[in-house]
Amino acid sequence: MPVEFSAQSKARVEKALAQYPNKQAALLPVLHIAQDEFHHLPDEVLELVARTLDLAPAHVFGVITFYTMFHREKHGRNELMVCTNVSCMLRGAYDMLHYLEKKLGIKAGETTPDGAFAIVEEECLAACANAPMMICGNQYFLDLTEKKLDVIIDDLRKKWQANNPGGAPGGSTPSGRTPTGPTRTLFGVPPPGDVKG
Amino acid sequence: MGWEQAKDTKIVTKNFGVPDSHKLSVYQQRGGGQAFRKAIAQQPAALVDEVKKSNLRGRGGAGFPTGMKWSFIPKGAAQVYLVVNADESEPGTCKDRELLAFDPHLLIEGMMIASYALGCKHAYIYIRGEMMREAEIVEYAIEEAYAAGLLGKDQPTAAGSFKLNITLHRGAGAYICGEETGLLNSLEGKRGWPRLKPPFPAVKGLFQAPTVVNNVETLMNIPDIVTKGGEWFANLGMGKSGGTRIVCVSGHVAKPGVFELPMGIPFKNLIYDVCGGIPGGRKLKGLIPGGSSMPPLDASELEVPIEFDALGTDPRIKDVEVRPGVPFDMGGGRRLKTMAGSGGIVVFDDSTDVVALCARIMQFYAHESCGQCTPCREGSGWLARVCKRVARGEGEVGDIDLMANIANGIAGNTICALGEATAWPMLGFLTKFRADFEAKIQTAQKSTPATKVAS
Repeated sequence: MPVEFSAQSKARVEKALAQYPNKQAALLPVLHIAQDEFHHLPDEVLELVARTLDLAPAHVFGVITFYTMFHREKHGRNELMVCTNVSCMLRGAYDMLHYLEKKLGIKAGETTPDGAFAIVEEECLAACANAPMMICGNQYFLDLTEKKLDVIIDDLRKKWQANNPGGAPGGSTPSGRTPTGPTRTLFGVPPPGDVKG
Repeated sequence: MGWEQAKDTKIVTKNFGVPDSHKLSVYQQRGGGQAFRKAIAQQPAALVDEVKKSNLRGRGGAGFPTGMKWSFIPKGAAQVYLVVNADESEPGTCKDRELLAFDPHLLIEGMMIASYALGCKHAYIYIRGEMMREAEIVEYAIEEAYAAGLLGKDQPTAAGSFKLNITLHRGAGAYICGEETGLLNSLEGKRGWPRLKPPFPAVKGLFQAPTVVNNVETLMNIPDIVTKGGEWFANLGMGKSGGTRIVCVSGHVAKPGVFELPMGIPFKNLIYDVCGGIPGGRKLKGLIPGGSSMPPLDASELEVPIEFDALGTDPRIKDVEVRPGVPFDMGGGRRLKTMAGSGGIVVFDDSTDVVALCARIMQFYAHESCGQCTPCREGSGWLARVCKRVARGEGEVGDIDLMANIANGIAGNTICALGEATAWPMLGFLTKFRADFEAKIQTAQKSTPATKVAS
């Protein structure tokens, strides 16, 4: 079934289009807007973006798959981007990554069954002087230790649960920005329930 | 001027640590805006000359003279674009992110002056997608500048009316978009594939119009060059590199951080005086001088000044070799030592497994190769796999030559510099730390059961 942008997203799309001499140049901004609203970019969203910008769906597909931040599949709402590149590696980034994997019971590249977390092994995130580090949404977590990770995960989980009352996932983005679209259920049911940190 | 005399001069980090330094009101209280007013009282061509005189060189990595880049824009072009490269992703580099967060208005003023000098009416900031917080800060700063009438409004100048619009454009996770023509394609709504050059962006860049792509730090130097003069800026520096230099020091040092330091400070002083030396009583084994794509230095090469030309030519730095005694040829017989790159200095001590470190670097370039050119697409993957196998202790006799040959086959044979960015560190690590690779392979051979070898 064809999907449509919400009124807020439409306004953002209009604003983006005004910044460029042609529609195609607004593709990355519009994909960000689409992903903010729909949380990932399945075929129907891809077609919506293509329609909005008068582009071939194949072109949009080619662009989405080139960039690592665009997700075709459902993805954990709290995306833990852990840098393991040289500066972080020298200061124990792999220990941090493996600790997170063990703690959340998933491997890098996977999403927890409740949809709350995804772990991504990231390349350099430009905070090398505070290695090891990770990003979640617009938050930087610097000079990581296992203890710090415990606190961070508990905190993120609490926020996520508060945004998902009754266990129906679909709340705010990890950055804490207000979601741009109507609340949707994208992750199926399994409620976060009594998940222990 | 020697680096000791300039050691307290701050140009791009002068507002660091000031509360609310990202706000326009604070920026203006501290003298922001004067440079632009002084600039628009002059003719654009005079500004380009002033920047030429300053010996300002691109801070993104290549160190190309900024004034010269500006002068390549054809006179009287109907449409000219200025694009700020804020796609900082070179491993070990963390300066632009801090500059954007602490002083976005200094960047905007630098862009306004540059746009006036170049005849640009619409400038874009291409910011790395992962930097969401910085994007919010810069967006806020742009909105403030519009509200104050600095942007989007006609202003009288010595060369007629001038109006500038600025758009913040977020990337979406691709290292290659830091390459200027990959960035332009990405900005046009395409995959971030680098373009064949020529034509260079100064002739055909964004939307086919003449375009200048400058790094964040580069543009943030412009206001002070206008206020204090190109000569002042050139005198601060060393040789043909004007101004100060931001270095990002990470890895095994007691006090890692982002520092604005005089151009030409030697590595030794940086590591032991500024960064508190190597912690834990260990010794320095080597360092990466300017982001992970630059060949590393070993502990005997620390006296060299951190300056663009010195790192490429200083006789105290050994030539990068393909095999012992056979120097790598950059084309036309030019030898490779290393480069100042992006200022990302990664220090590693004697407890480091350098083969594993090198393998991680190769994994990065294999992941980030855009796939257009076969030598880079295939070669980076081979290097990552072979280097990883050596690091794991499963290396085979001949692997060192194999890696050197693959790397040598990539460099110079690709559309963009990602080929060199892969090949140079590989050859550099093999040149400087060959014994570590050999030891790994020897151990692997000893521990391999004879039956396995026979089968």
